[in-house]
Amino acid sequence: MDSAASLAGTAAAGAIPRRRRNYARQYWWFVVPCGAVVIATIIFPWVFTLYMSVHEWKLGGGRSWVGFANYAKLVEDERFLLSILRTLYFTALSVLIPMVLGLLAALAFHRKFPLRGLARTVFILPMMATPVAVALVWTMMFHPQLGVLNWLLQQVGIPPSMWVYAADTVIPTLVMVEVWHWTPLVMLILLGGLASLPIDPYEAAKIDGATPLQAFWHITLPLLAPFLVVALIIRTIDALKAFDTIYVITQGGPGTASETINIFLYLQAFAYYNLGYASAVVVVFFAIIIALAMVLLWTRARVKDA
Amino acid sequence: MTRGITRRTALTAGAGLLAAPPIVREANAQSRFDWKRFAGERIEVSLTANPRSQILIQNQREFEELTGIRVGSEQIPEQQHRQKFVIEFASGRPSFDVISISLHVNKRQVGRARWTTDIRALMADASITDPEFDFADFGAGAVAYSTQADGRMDTLPEFTDYFILYYNKELLEAKNIRPPQTFDEMYDSAMRLNDPSRQIFGNVGRGLRNANVVLWSSFLLGTQQRDCLDDQRRLITDTPDAIWAGEFYKKLLRDCSPPGVSGFNWNESQTTFMQGRAAFWLDGVGFATPLEDRARSRVAGKVGYAVVPRGPAHHHCAMFGTALGISEASRKKGAAWLYTQWAVNKTNQLRFLTSGAGAPARTSPYRNEEAIRNSRFSREYFATLIESARISRPGLPEIVPVTEFRDTIGAALTSTIGGADVATELKRATEAFRPVLEASERAA
Repeated sequence: MDSAASLAGTAAAGAIPRRRRNYARQYWWFVVPCGAVVIATIIFPWVFTLYMSVHEWKLGGGRSWVGFANYAKLVEDERFLLSILRTLYFTALSVLIPMVLGLLAALAFHRKFPLRGLARTVFILPMMATPVAVALVWTMMFHPQLGVLNWLLQQVGIPPSMWVYAADTVIPTLVMVEVWHWTPLVMLILLGGLASLPIDPYEAAKIDGATPLQAFWHITLPLLAPFLVVALIIRTIDALKAFDTIYVITQGGPGTASETINIFLYLQAFAYYNLGYASAVVVVFFAIIIALAMVLLWTRARVKDA
Repeated sequence: MTRGITRRTALTAGAGLLAAPPIVREANAQSRFDWKRFAGERIEVSLTANPRSQILIQNQREFEELTGIRVGSEQIPEQQHRQKFVIEFASGRPSFDVISISLHVNKRQVGRARWTTDIRALMADASITDPEFDFADFGAGAVAYSTQADGRMDTLPEFTDYFILYYNKELLEAKNIRPPQTFDEMYDSAMRLNDPSRQIFGNVGRGLRNANVVLWSSFLLGTQQRDCLDDQRRLITDTPDAIWAGEFYKKLLRDCSPPGVSGFNWNESQTTFMQGRAAFWLDGVGFATPLEDRARSRVAGKVGYAVVPRGPAHHHCAMFGTALGISEASRKKGAAWLYTQWAVNKTNQLRFLTSGAGAPARTSPYRNEEAIRNSRFSREYFATLIESARISRPGLPEIVPVTEFRDTIGAALTSTIGGADVATELKRATEAFRPVLEASERAA
């Protein structure tokens, strides 16, 4: 009797916990390695950056709590404010021009013509080059007296340019390098998009007498919009974080004419060793990127809904 | 037939006996010094990428065979190297035992943090210091540069970089112009030689922010003021003398230098000079080698060398220096000290000089007539080095935020090439940097 009761009791006791057992609690262990990596590589650096940003922190020196003084200093720092404007200027040009040229190239390469495969390969070659190596080659070509670019200009009767050696031409010139380097990426994304478009709408439009331009405007562009947004997001992020080519070619010069936020940040952190102030720049820059990303994501959502 | 002992033989033998004790003592000292006492250890050496480091690495096996110590060497470009070692030192556990340090940039920072060991104690220890080390052979200026304000000598001088005047002999001879003796003469000659229609310019030099400050300070050294700080270590970069130096910098780079010079660092300047497009180039002595390389340079064999011209009040050339330090955190200080002694021994220092890699910190290489005679560089080159050593003076202030100083003042100087007013720019830059310097000095 006792044993039967005890068995029944055991069965009942076993049944209840099994029903109520929280399997998620057991599965948490599987998440631990991933969680540890996320904490170590994303959350901790972020928290530590925030911590540094409220300190006067010199590498090799001491540190002291300064509250929001670093942020207040940023607002008054003309060099920082100008670096934001330069970053936006550089980003706008480095996104829009490759988008337009990439679209035109994608439309061209979507058509069939002899040696199309070879032409595509040649077109995407710049994208495969190492940015620092590319920057060094461009630097030599930009030399005002000895560079090949001015020699070419002179051959066709155009006066030489100062390229990256003058304050008013340095950012457009850096954009030129960026365009040369990254237009192929935009082209590849859009070419993929074009290949996936249905043929039916074009056939219907042709029957209705639509011109090629009308077909492009009313069919291709709307259908290609999601791909355009993807390319836009990737290019914007890339342009915002552009550092290597700018640093190698100009180091932010002449003067501070090409000093973008990234260059300013780098100098503060690793040339002046102002880690606290540099951390405040990171936080503000992050806020700017988040704001831009939200605008782009909102645009993407609207395109999807449409 | 057998001859007895002659008077001459007796005298020779006597002299030999008299001389024997010092010779034996020397020989004993040599034999007593044990280069192998740290055999089997491995040390890490972190060097700035330059021709001197290249020489050390090429001859490293010589040290390894002498001591049995294995050496892991790395060479990193200057700017990245500075960042790397500062970060590693600040971490408390640097990966290297021996480090090369640019004194004109990091001396005070390294000294304040006491990152490298005081080598005076090591030098005083006869058991680990080669009797032939001959510390007295180092130039007084180089030793002073390696010594901190509190008297600690936390690096050993390796190389001294002087600013000298390179000139294109062919261009000067064509117009019967002699090398300039004063800054005014330099400007006048540069203007006479300037011919933009032929793409020939009177001068070329650093216009890029940061890099350009050392050119401006070369002119400032010729004024009554000479330095960027006063006796109380206050910033004086907007004084009449500083403005005079700025005006001279502006007119030299604006009136008779290539268009686009505001973006030129030493490498663009070097390329322009090597192609025979500039008559004068004021820059570091370490750039002589590529200029004389017939495979790369159109002016090889036509380069003239002269000391920096005299200023209105003084005659100096800007001096910069590199030294070797031993990490305070190193557990192999003995082996590291042996490496340091070897790296700056007389043989290696002579290699620096004769290969054109730069001006050694020791004085003995300059007295080695045979090596100088056999060098591919002209006598004028060596005479310029010796004279430059005599008139040299630090080209940058010994402060911790020296990079920020160079960026701030350098941006102002670059603006002047574009036409901005020198006094206004220097005043603004001085006001911007003064609080940074004051905060840094307070922290000291």
